[in-house]
Amino acid sequence: MKRSDRKRQKRRVRLVELAHARSGDKGDTANVGLIALKPEYYPLLVKQVTAAKVAQHFKGMIMGQVERYELPNLHALNFLLHGALDGGGTISLKTDAQGKVFSTALLRLEIEVPG
Amino acid sequence: MASSPRSISIAAGQGFWGDWLEAPYRQVTGGSIDYLMMDYLAEVTMSILQKQRSRDPALGYAKDFVPAMERILPTLAERRIKVTANAGGVNPRACAQAVADSARRLGLSGRLRIGVVTGDDLLGRLDRLLARGHELRNLDTGRPLSDVRDRVLSANAYLGAGPVVDALRRGADIVITGRVTDTGLTLAPLMHAFEWRPDAWDLLAAGTVAGHTIECGAQASGGNCLVDWERIPDLANVGYPIVEASADGTFEITKHPGTGGRITVAGVTEQLVYEMGDPTAYITPDCVADFTTIRLSQAGKDRVRVSGIKGKPATDKLKVSVAYFYGFKAVGTLVYAWPEAYEKARSADRILRERLAALGLAFEAIHTEFVGVDATHGPLARGAVPVADIPEVQLRVGVRAPTREPVERFTREIAPLILNGPPSVTGFAGGRPKPEEIVAFWPALVDRNVVEPCVEVVDV
Repeated sequence: MKRSDRKRQKRRVRLVELAHARSGDKGDTANVGLIALKPEYYPLLVKQVTAAKVAQHFKGMIMGQVERYELPNLHALNFLLHGALDGGGTISLKTDAQGKVFSTALLRLEIEVPG
Repeated sequence: MASSPRSISIAAGQGFWGDWLEAPYRQVTGGSIDYLMMDYLAEVTMSILQKQRSRDPALGYAKDFVPAMERILPTLAERRIKVTANAGGVNPRACAQAVADSARRLGLSGRLRIGVVTGDDLLGRLDRLLARGHELRNLDTGRPLSDVRDRVLSANAYLGAGPVVDALRRGADIVITGRVTDTGLTLAPLMHAFEWRPDAWDLLAAGTVAGHTIECGAQASGGNCLVDWERIPDLANVGYPIVEASADGTFEITKHPGTGGRITVAGVTEQLVYEMGDPTAYITPDCVADFTTIRLSQAGKDRVRVSGIKGKPATDKLKVSVAYFYGFKAVGTLVYAWPEAYEKARSADRILRERLAALGLAFEAIHTEFVGVDATHGPLARGAVPVADIPEVQLRVGVRAPTREPVERFTREIAPLILNGPPSVTGFAGGRPKPEEIVAFWPALVDRNVVEPCVEVVDV
């Protein structure tokens, strides 16, 4: 496929096809480490999985801000989701009081990839 | 030690209090290792232990540690394997005493030395610290600790590898600590064996990353691993991770031959990002490690090589974890079956809330989840499957309040719904939910120089 064709053809895929993830907690903040399944997917993640997009994705589920950090050496992004855990660990009434599966919740996010 | 070894191996035996009881035994018998590292302390653990010690001064440590040690002590003595463990909780001396008693019963008198690390416990000094102007402000909210001083249950500073190194240097075979960081338990044997200086920041960062990699046990060797999870072999016999480190700070993550699980770059990466904040500044009492400098490569089957790690000087503060009484909570559940399982559960939730409101109960929070529909992924999951076909939904309602009374009353409002609410309801065999005390955490920083670690080494 020529570069110009690739540019035109785009499709939307869920992150679960491009990345894997693990999440944990620190107080009322959940972290999600998002890791590209292949190194060549990493630039796509950097470009499209912005803090703003992740904040939008989790709208209604988190009370605070979203911070993003880049780990190009691991082809990974780290997201901090503040106010995600109903007060955190022992206070929280949530099933996922320690934010263990925010990881797979992020993998539901759809981004655009070359077709 | 006469001369530094070329490499040493440190095996993870426990990733938290409650982890697999078989793991320590398998780690010391499944192949050759130099050290066994066992991490027992989560934040919540310290307050539970504090409560136990207040009832019985001989308690306050991770009791499971003692039978686990009893099972492996003869092997440890025979193979000269050393142990680092923060199982001491808020009473490391009593924990060491119990282990020493086990060792003597096993006929190991004179063959083992136990090191005890204390000095992390600030509870008895709290008022003096506050009076001297250490405000212990909450790292998240900025509030001073005086806000909750009368409700404080425990207060522990996180100690680093230093006192553990000291115990090893003085000949301890088993080092039992209070609140030493998880990573410090791995870093200490490396500093000791390779004579790393306490300001060799890159080496200390490397040892810290090694510790972070194995501190959650099998999470680095195939457990709770998302990538390719259905093809990870033989988790029934999962091998816990082992660090094989060199004096230059490079190391490999592996596991004993013949064990289950898997060690890959992708799996180790998952563990590296677990509970991570700013990856350029992973702050411990020992150093500040930069996770963006870590290089991983697959060095063989079930073997990942880790190199390139850079570190920065430690800060002049130590983290303090204060546990304080917060209030009460309870969670009640009921299961609704097809047809219209979700609608029935929603209807029951509405009825329950109406009754709680009519009773005039004041809660800080009421939280409803429909397990099977939205409990883990919230609104992101609703609509993901056709709701009408769902075979069953668990209604899960939690409440929280500063006092016990409203929570207690809530626990009596669940069962009536079985007969006076929506139909097709089951799953209540467990009986009435119980109100639970909430112990909350107050993360703070304290000047390093006010914390005085204490090391004792005794012969068994």
